[in-house]
Amino acid sequence: MAEVKFSVNGKSQTANVPSPQMPLLWVLRDVLGMTGTKFGCGQALCGACTVHVNGQAVRSCITPVAGVAGKSVTTIEGLSPDHSHPVQQAWIELDVPQCGYCQSGQVMQAAALLAKNQRPTDADIDEVMKGNICRCGTYQEIRAAIKRAVVIKRAANQNAAQGVVA
Amino acid sequence: MSTNLSRRNFIQVGAAATGGLLVSVYAPDKLRAATTPAKLNAFIHIGSDDMVTFMIHKSEMGQGPVTALSQLLAEELECDWTKIRTEFPGVDPAYGPLQGTFGSMTIRTSYNSMRQAGATARMMLIQAAAQKWGVDASQCRAENNAVINTVTNARASFGSLADDAAKIPAPKNVTLKEAKDFRLIGTSVKRRDTTDKVTGRTPFGLDMRLPGMLYAALARCPVYGGKVKSFDASKAKAVPGVKNAVEISNGVAVIADNTWSAMEGRKALQIVWDEGHNANLTSAGIRKEFADLTEKPGANARKQGDAPAAMASAAKKVEALYEAPYLSHAPMEPLNCTAVVRPDGCEVWASTQIQTAAHQIAMKITGLSADKVQIHTQWLGGGFGRRGGADYIGEGVEIAKALTGTPVKLTWSRDDDLQHDTYRPGSVTKFAAALDAQGNPVALTSTVACPSFAGLQNGVDRAAVEGIANMAYFGGIPNAQVDYHVPPTDIPTSYWRSVGYSQNTFFTESFIDELAHAAGKDPVAFRRALVAKSPRLVAVLDLAADKAGWSKPLPAGRYRGVALVDNLGSFNAQVAEISIDKGKLRVHKVVTAVDCGQVVNPAIVVQQIRSGIVYGLSAMKGAITFDKGRVQQQNFNNYEVLRIDEAPEMEVYIVPSTAAPGGIGEASTPAIGPAVANAIFAATGKRLRKLPIRNEDLA
Repeated sequence: MAEVKFSVNGKSQTANVPSPQMPLLWVLRDVLGMTGTKFGCGQALCGACTVHVNGQAVRSCITPVAGVAGKSVTTIEGLSPDHSHPVQQAWIELDVPQCGYCQSGQVMQAAALLAKNQRPTDADIDEVMKGNICRCGTYQEIRAAIKRAVVIKRAANQNAAQGVVA
Repeated sequence: MSTNLSRRNFIQVGAAATGGLLVSVYAPDKLRAATTPAKLNAFIHIGSDDMVTFMIHKSEMGQGPVTALSQLLAEELECDWTKIRTEFPGVDPAYGPLQGTFGSMTIRTSYNSMRQAGATARMMLIQAAAQKWGVDASQCRAENNAVINTVTNARASFGSLADDAAKIPAPKNVTLKEAKDFRLIGTSVKRRDTTDKVTGRTPFGLDMRLPGMLYAALARCPVYGGKVKSFDASKAKAVPGVKNAVEISNGVAVIADNTWSAMEGRKALQIVWDEGHNANLTSAGIRKEFADLTEKPGANARKQGDAPAAMASAAKKVEALYEAPYLSHAPMEPLNCTAVVRPDGCEVWASTQIQTAAHQIAMKITGLSADKVQIHTQWLGGGFGRRGGADYIGEGVEIAKALTGTPVKLTWSRDDDLQHDTYRPGSVTKFAAALDAQGNPVALTSTVACPSFAGLQNGVDRAAVEGIANMAYFGGIPNAQVDYHVPPTDIPTSYWRSVGYSQNTFFTESFIDELAHAAGKDPVAFRRALVAKSPRLVAVLDLAADKAGWSKPLPAGRYRGVALVDNLGSFNAQVAEISIDKGKLRVHKVVTAVDCGQVVNPAIVVQQIRSGIVYGLSAMKGAITFDKGRVQQQNFNNYEVLRIDEAPEMEVYIVPSTAAPGGIGEASTPAIGPAVANAIFAATGKRLRKLPIRNEDLA
């Protein structure tokens, strides 16, 4: 057994794991009991397991837990306390999910995109989101929702700048 | 509209064990509703807290039953949309003899029965209120989760009436609303499941956790039909976290205290396999076997007129051989099953499409009676037909049986999923057609070689020939013959989104396009003439052509193709617009016109049309191939599926209709492939008759 300390959604965690090589995905799901992050391929080919490590989108299925020691991990459960993140709001407004299984990863990947790029073009969206597979084929809705999230985020930023409380 | 319920849909009513009102449809003779716990045998359960629980007896895999069935029930019940909860019930005869979700049947089979269930419950609540107030029921009406006395304006909540209402006999006749009075049916009510799905809260099968639960990974023979000869688990047991290894009928399971350790332990197993009779199987061998069969007469699946005579005297003859590969379903949620087996009972938690099959396999393995086996349906991370099988549930129950009393979750890896699927069968199909001097087709023959997966009747698997033997074009072609062969291969096959149409419509719509070009006719006009006897097909064809600007010129470098299909009681036409830039295919836009009869939720119909198109585009890229009896694809690196950068813009136009609802979940998958292939022909002059399509085929 090994002990790895890191932060998940702002809370310090000490995970007792069988090996420091255990992927973060399975530490989150099976050790910490946080099942919002999904297993899809195990080889960073589908994006269902996407989480943020120190603000960067990573594939938790190939990230050894030892690699996040001392770092800050954000999962879908912690993206916002009340589904108020602009990406979640846009996803809800446009009813993006169908089966929904890939959507934790889609939302986390899109949130990471918007954190870096305030006005993503279609080409930017394709480039960043093409690592996330959706077998239900919600791609058109994802594209539209990312554009909608940009508008929601901009409005929220303007309100914040003007001291408006939503 | 008045419906007599006494014959076809016997309605049972009983007081739930927890109090409240239960109404169930389809329960012909059992009185289980009165004695079974509340949540097992009903569609509507109303609590004293005024909350309405709908039992959603269809599996939610994205296609929307949690929302659409709620719309049907709530429309007639007159409940408050914000006071609805939904649950997935257990296995019960009340939900039909084959409880499950398949064939795009949900709305088709539930459109009337759910409304009847809602209306029946409403009338019982009204009757309870009338008794309470000592007035005639005709003086009362239901509105927004309450019954109103229309004379006094007194109001009683559904919650306050539910216990009394449950004691009232179900009315034999209910009056369903006229379409003009619908508040919910036909409207794009927001999906009920979105918020949980964007916050990680939706509990999919793979998310199941139980106290003391262990985790399993199963090593299966890489060759289908093979068996374990011997194994040594000592190295596997040395992997940290591994507890045990057990042999079951389909392989060796490694048991651990987490999924990763189970999978690592599986890698360390040393197994000697008896690979069985498929050890030398190759895709080339399968293909030759299929192609050879198409040269021989098969079991007859359709015959009209005298096709051989018409062929012999035709002005022009066109022949072509089409091929499609085996395909995997590859739902995003890998297959999984959580189960616990005790001497006196078995519980299974699984994302399954067919609860009855899950129940039966668990009964068979445990030897327990039906009432001792419970199936807890979870949310499905995609199904597409794969979760209609119960193989993965049988494995999970076998493992749980070996660990009596301990809950265990079996998780398939993506490799397991692609290499041990029950595949969409491959097919080789030969076509020939004769045109008269005016270019009208006078005969069409087809010989299909495709494994059987749905059973044979007079030598024909109707699911394997659907889309060919029953195609609407035969209404405009006087002479026809369709033959079918069952190749001897026993690679497991099953239902895959849109079933036989998934490959057969690619064949027929491509071949019809060949005939249009051979006749020198416009592909839309040629099709319209042949399906003139099917006005709903003509209407979707014309609408799609119009919305896509079929008669207008395209920008340089853009090309169009059209395809048409009637399946599942629905009709749709698609026009695909493509370009080929530096040898790479790009599908820019797909315009679909669909007539699926009465629509319950237009937004979900649009979602499903788009979803089916993306799934169908994936079918143009992917292939499962075999070498030395092994599937050669391991993961999404070499089993290609469509990604966002290849997804077209999709416009969907719904033809307004009051006809009986048609299926929609699988409606749009068949036509996209041929629409794109026909556009490729327009662009290159190359007729692509073999799937998958590779960029090198376009040069």
